[in-house]
Amino acid sequence: MIRYAGNSEAIRALVREQAVHRDVYVNEEVFQLEMEHMFPNSWVYVGHDSQVPNPGDYYGTTIGTQPVLLVRHTDGTVHVLHNRCPHKGTRITSETCGNTGKFFRCPYHAWSFKTDGSLLAIPLKKGYENTGFEQSQAARGMTPVRHVRNYRGFVFAKINDGGLDFEEFFGESLTSFDNMIDRSPVGRLKVAGGVLRYMHNCNWKMLVENQTDTCHPMVAHESSAGTVVEVWKKAPPGTKKPMAVEIIAPFMSPYEFFENMGIRIWDNGHGHTGVHHSIHSDYSAVPGYFEKMTAAYGEDRAKAILGENRHNTVYFPNIMIKGPIQLLRQFKPIAANKTLVESWTFQLVDAPDMLLERTLMYNRLINAPTSIVGHDDLEMYERAQEGLHSNGNEWVNLQRLYSPDEAGQTNVAVNGTSEWPMRHQFRAWTKFMTMGM
Amino acid sequence: MSTVAEVPVVNTVPTDQELIDFVVREARLIDQQRFDEWLDMYADDAFYWMPLEWNQTDPRLTCSLMYEDKLLLSIRVERLKGARTFSQKPKSRCHHVLQTPQVDSRDPSTNSYVTWTPMHYVETRLDEQTLYAAWVTHHLGVENGRLKIKLKRVDLINCDAAFGNIQLFM
Ligand code: FES
Ligand SMILES: [Fe+2]
Repeated sequence: MIRYAGNSEAIRALVREQAVHRDVYVNEEVFQLEMEHMFPNSWVYVGHDSQVPNPGDYYGTTIGTQPVLLVRHTDGTVHVLHNRCPHKGTRITSETCGNTGKFFRCPYHAWSFKTDGSLLAIPLKKGYENTGFEQSQAARGMTPVRHVRNYRGFVFAKINDGGLDFEEFFGESLTSFDNMIDRSPVGRLKVAGGVLRYMHNCNWKMLVENQTDTCHPMVAHESSAGTVVEVWKKAPPGTKKPMAVEIIAPFMSPYEFFENMGIRIWDNGHGHTGVHHSIHSDYSAVPGYFEKMTAAYGEDRAKAILGENRHNTVYFPNIMIKGPIQLLRQFKPIAANKTLVESWTFQLVDAPDMLLERTLMYNRLINAPTSIVGHDDLEMYERAQEGLHSNGNEWVNLQRLYSPDEAGQTNVAVNGTSEWPMRHQFRAWTKFMTMGM
Repeated sequence: MSTVAEVPVVNTVPTDQELIDFVVREARLIDQQRFDEWLDMYADDAFYWMPLEWNQTDPRLTCSLMYEDKLLLSIRVERLKGARTFSQKPKSRCHHVLQTPQVDSRDPSTNSYVTWTPMHYVETRLDEQTLYAAWVTHHLGVENGRLKIKLKRVDLINCDAAFGNIQLFM
């Protein structure tokens, strides 16, 4: 049954001021429209340029469900190409990442392409003479994604020509990226440590919402973080607190902690938790790090950079970053009820290794398919995905700390348990879903 | 469910058969969910390592699925008992099929013994059942007359795949 395609009225009706209809999570047609409209209208994170350091390096990923390649062109610039052969659609690259040399060669019939996607050669070219081939779409090679922006190493792409330009789309939210990057004494990050891939049987937006959901940790994570606190209590007095306890125990912080930490809201669905402090605020100092930062930036600036403890910054539509620990999670949609969660970690170039060690420990303790904290969350998402099939109530409530004047406001900091960021994400969702519909 | 006797006392230098029996017993305790006894098989400074990368050598600056000391393992065991451990309602069950462990090296002078065990591991939860294949390397030593695990390394054949929840122990 087609209900939503080309019907922006019906799409808009799914999002009310204080509630969203369950079809945004469970309906396959809505999901297809997200892939067709919302993702192509948005600036979507593709990858980090340290994944493709040399000419010919490539990395394959998706924008929504569309396969794309991030590639370093011969001239050193970074391009994003649709990862399909213009001949018959074959995916061009064999591995997720690698080096293709000066050109891509399709493994099916050996058409070849420069690393900016343009057609280089076709075997038996004569067979295309007098066929009007030059006018075909195939003759233009691998289709590039036209709008690409490399922001201090983080590469974003927008498939559609319409929509907002990069600065307008992200606005002041880029300060979270700045803070994460500035934590390197030389202002540079490098993908490091490997990526955790975790399959979730739920809608991708449940994960996005959860990043600013500060009323769940002390409840849903009581089993994991609560047990950590209990077990740790039994340690003999004077035992040095292990890094793992420092990482997990703060999930059990009381409501007041999260209320007071604050949430900031920016335009277009972006926002962050942890305006004043966060669960990352009280980690032990890493020997030698502050000295390096002071030498690089001067003491005042170093203190300002490290004093910022933003918790989760959500970039609409589908990533979250943790500046204080250099972690980026991407929620890759596969189907209405299926999402691949990738958790990436970064090394601060020229900073002590122990920072990366802690980041990796955080990642495996919180974001791995073997993580007890991850188990707590996924259980809730999957139960929601199931529960939403009930017709007893078709609405998901997002009313917490609602105020009627919030639409249109930007760069405001509010109570850290507000569901404003979620309402805000859905305002953006409606905007980029219906744009050009 | 039938039980097995407690870990037998071994000679200062364990025989190959004693090493093999020990590895088999570990899997059995997990399958029977006798996790407190299972934890007892680990030395106090033991690690349980499940690499994320094929042929991974570094557990510190390369991410792993698990790299846990005894504190973290005991937290997992406690959590499994918890009244509000919702991801274990209903509970998971698991089942190991081991090939006969092979003794790869034995060095009584350093009290270190290494075994290698290919295995299939099944984890279930209500209607879901997932099969994993792995090679397990046990680094063992004798402490106070009993074998203990110093390091258990679980190399999944598809360590880099996207998994759903893995909730028990391989
Ligand atoms: S499909 Fe790529 S060359 Fe034919
Ligand atoms: Fe959570």
